[in-house]
Amino acid sequence: MRYRPGQRVRVAARPHEGHHRTPGYVKGKIGSVERAHASFMNPETRAYGEDGLPEQQLYLVRFAQSDVWPDYSGPRDDGIYVDVFEHWLEEAE
Amino acid sequence: MSHDHDHSHDPITDGDEPAAAARVRALEELLVERGVIDREDVRRRIDWLVSRSPADGARLVARAWVDPEFKERLLEDARAAALELGLDPGPSPVVVAVENTQTVHHMVVCTLCSCYPRALLGRPPDWYKSLPYRSRAVSDPRGVLTEFGVELEDDVELRVLDSTADIRYLVIPHRPAGSETMSEEELAALVTRDSMIGVAQPAAPAPVA
Amino acid sequence: MHDRGGGPTDTPIDRSEHELAHWELLTDALVGALAGRGLMNVDEMRRGIEGMPPDEYERASYYERWLYSIETVLAEKGVLASGELDARLGR
Repeated sequence: MRYRPGQRVRVAARPHEGHHRTPGYVKGKIGSVERAHASFMNPETRAYGEDGLPEQQLYLVRFAQSDVWPDYSGPRDDGIYVDVFEHWLEEAE
Repeated sequence: MSHDHDHSHDPITDGDEPAAAARVRALEELLVERGVIDREDVRRRIDWLVSRSPADGARLVARAWVDPEFKERLLEDARAAALELGLDPGPSPVVVAVENTQTVHHMVVCTLCSCYPRALLGRPPDWYKSLPYRSRAVSDPRGVLTEFGVELEDDVELRVLDSTADIRYLVIPHRPAGSETMSEEELAALVTRDSMIGVAQPAAPAPVA
Repeated sequence: MHDRGGGPTDTPIDRSEHELAHWELLTDALVGALAGRGLMNVDEMRRGIEGMPPDEYERASYYERWLYSIETVLAEKGVLASGELDARLGR
């Protein structure tokens, strides 16, 4: 497990052809690991009939709303939490 | 439009149906004929879908409200907690319950499709699967809540959960004031489906005469 | 196109609900039955939906999308031959 709760992480901004479950609105954004979930089969390969192995670690990552949407007008502590696979995360300063 | 034929539970060809209806029935026939699927298996799955309702989710919440140690177990592993009460948590390998409090409010969406804890809440409402909800729940959640009749104070932290993987999320709504003497069964009746999605508060207790 | 988070915010949410028609329940159950036989998994199903032409995706109802995906994936696997469902429907 590469990341730990509380750690700042960035979602990779890379383009990806084909099925993946990282929403566009968090790509390139910095958040923090809220918790580590279990590992799961990789949907990106399962979607094409492969077995989805090796399993990938999944994290719940928290983003401040104001970091995701420049025009967000709600309170500063509002957050958005997204389940992101380890291979979509990078360390952030 | 009136119909002059009897309605039954068997599918009938009906001018009001989309083309997909006849198409999927033909597909089922073909797959059954070929032995690819088993008709009884399909029937059992339909029965399961129809059997699901928010009642099981409400039982989990009501138990958590009256039993703090159960609540901790529910927050730790909702799938195991459901099994503890003899409930079916569904095929998802992980179910996570999140707790609303006086200062934190959770709301769940699946922006990419429609992931939803069906075993515990029943079938998702059309609006949950709709493009506007999927678009706005993440970027304008307070606007969405206003549309649903919920006004959160500014000092309440709003957490939107986007269910992008195989985790299914269930909201434990905040126990309403005035419910302190209610039985577990009475409490469960206050827990609405929408409150377990996070777009509503639970129902208020009936005023004591 | 399936990736909707942050999309247009000027559309109100229609809160009306409808009971699922039998054909919709059947479509749902078919995916489960096929998954149970190892012929289709949920990731393939989602991927199939994501491959819909955008205007069809927007127009289709929820279970119409599922059905599109089932046909796509089964055709890929040779379980359904091209055009055979249409032929069966007398098209």
